Amino acid sequence: MARIPGAGLAKGLAVTLRHMLRRSVTQQYPQAKPELPPRSRGVIALVEENCTSCMLCARECPDWCIYIDSHKETLPAPEGGRPRQRNVLDRFAIDFSLCMYCGICIEACPFDALFWSPEFEYADGDIRNLLHEKDQLGVWAATVPPPPPHDPGAPPPKELAAAATPAREPRAGRDVRAIRPPGSLKREDPS
Amino acid sequence: MLDVVIRLAIIVAAFLVLPLLVGQTEHKVMAHMQSRLGPMYAGGFHGWAQLIADGVKFVQKEDIIPAAADRTIFKIAPAVALVPYLVVLIVIPVGDGLVGVDLDAGLFFVLAVMGVGVLGAIMAGWASANKYSVLGGMRAAAQLMSYELPLVLAASSVAMAAGTLSLSGILDEWQWWWLPWQALGGVVFFVAGLAELRRPPFDMPIADSEIIMGPMTEYAGIRFALFMLAEYAGIVVLGALTAVLFLGGWHGPLLPGPVWTLIKIGVLAFVVIWVRVSYPRMREDQLQRLAWVGLVPLALLQLALTGVVKVVMA
Repeated sequence: MARIPGAGLAKGLAVTLRHMLRRSVTQQYPQAKPELPPRSRGVIALVEENCTSCMLCARECPDWCIYIDSHKETLPAPEGGRPRQRNVLDRFAIDFSLCMYCGICIEACPFDALFWSPEFEYADGDIRNLLHEKDQLGVWAATVPPPPPHDPGAPPPKELAAAATPAREPRAGRDVRAIRPPGSLKREDPS
Repeated sequence: MLDVVIRLAIIVAAFLVLPLLVGQTEHKVMAHMQSRLGPMYAGGFHGWAQLIADGVKFVQKEDIIPAAADRTIFKIAPAVALVPYLVVLIVIPVGDGLVGVDLDAGLFFVLAVMGVGVLGAIMAGWASANKYSVLGGMRAAAQLMSYELPLVLAASSVAMAAGTLSLSGILDEWQWWWLPWQALGGVVFFVAGLAELRRPPFDMPIADSEIIMGPMTEYAGIRFALFMLAEYAGIVVLGALTAVLFLGGWHGPLLPGPVWTLIKIGVLAFVVIWVRVSYPRMREDQLQRLAWVGLVPLALLQLALTGVVKVVMA
């Protein structure tokens, strides 16, 4: 079929007209809160009870923007035991003017004390006000949404897969008893 | 006397209101064609007062004149760009007998005065003492030279068909079958008019991304606003002229005449905006090529067609 002259021009007009008749995608932000995707990285929240002041997050942080102060406290000895020591968190602060939102602290935390919160409206006119202490980080912990459900069709999470693997059967024809801890065999008396 | 005063007052009011309407429509239509919302705050309801707010802002701005500029020419250039469109509105018939002044040579007058509007851009470009402005002014001049010819040829085809140069006279003669008969001339006239207004895709003289608004580079504040107003007034005038010459002006079923004229002007203004959003800017050589290789032969063809039909009918 021969090309109709001006077909391209008409196509261009049709595209813009179609867009005009469609709803625009703009979200009127201050009036309407945006719908953020799950696991949005807004701010880092702290669950203070879970923190053991192990300093792993502060040491992993590439920007050194996490400040932790703690002291040791000796708990009175329970009946028949010895006195235990535990760390008490005095200060936990993140300087969001330095933070680059890499999330390494959250990955590094072994005790589930740090979380991503989708809260993002904490911009400030003064850079010094971006240093947020643990009480503010704790307030943000309340805004952490539950994790989204697992995607259908995705491979199962590796924690579940590991737990579900059955223990291996001992191989036939092999004497399990042959494996002994070192030193459990009695040496034959040389005499 | 009173009659004339009332007519002129209405024309001035239309001259002040219609371009603002077109400008606001452009804001909103362009935004939605680009999947945006456009102005939403000024005035409360969907930013209806955006252009008024713009105007207030422009008035408050400092009026800067470059040291090397030709001060007198620099100052009067916006007026030269704007006033011709006001003058043109005087002779455009809106309804049967609803016209400021019914000139015998109305069409001739309109085309001559519209050419003066382009002069404003050339003056501004020259007086600004800025190389980009001079480039823009020269491009505007080149565009005027090449597009005035198809514009006049297409318009003269209608004058030939009606046997008169009076705009009201043309509309008195107008029959519905002139629509297909003069369609080619209508397209040529509209495209050439678009080029004379320096609207995209024919905005090479302005080309904000390469010669930073061309003739308007050095303008600020209210003078710049006058140039913008001239652009929108130009859209209104072009729409009105195309409606009167090729779309039958006030002729139309059911609705009263002036309403039909306004509807036709509105639709044509929408097309002007639509074309602006849809097409990229044409290169300078493509621009000239379109005029001389495309539009002029088409206009001549229309002229020949009009002549043949005229002779056959007679």
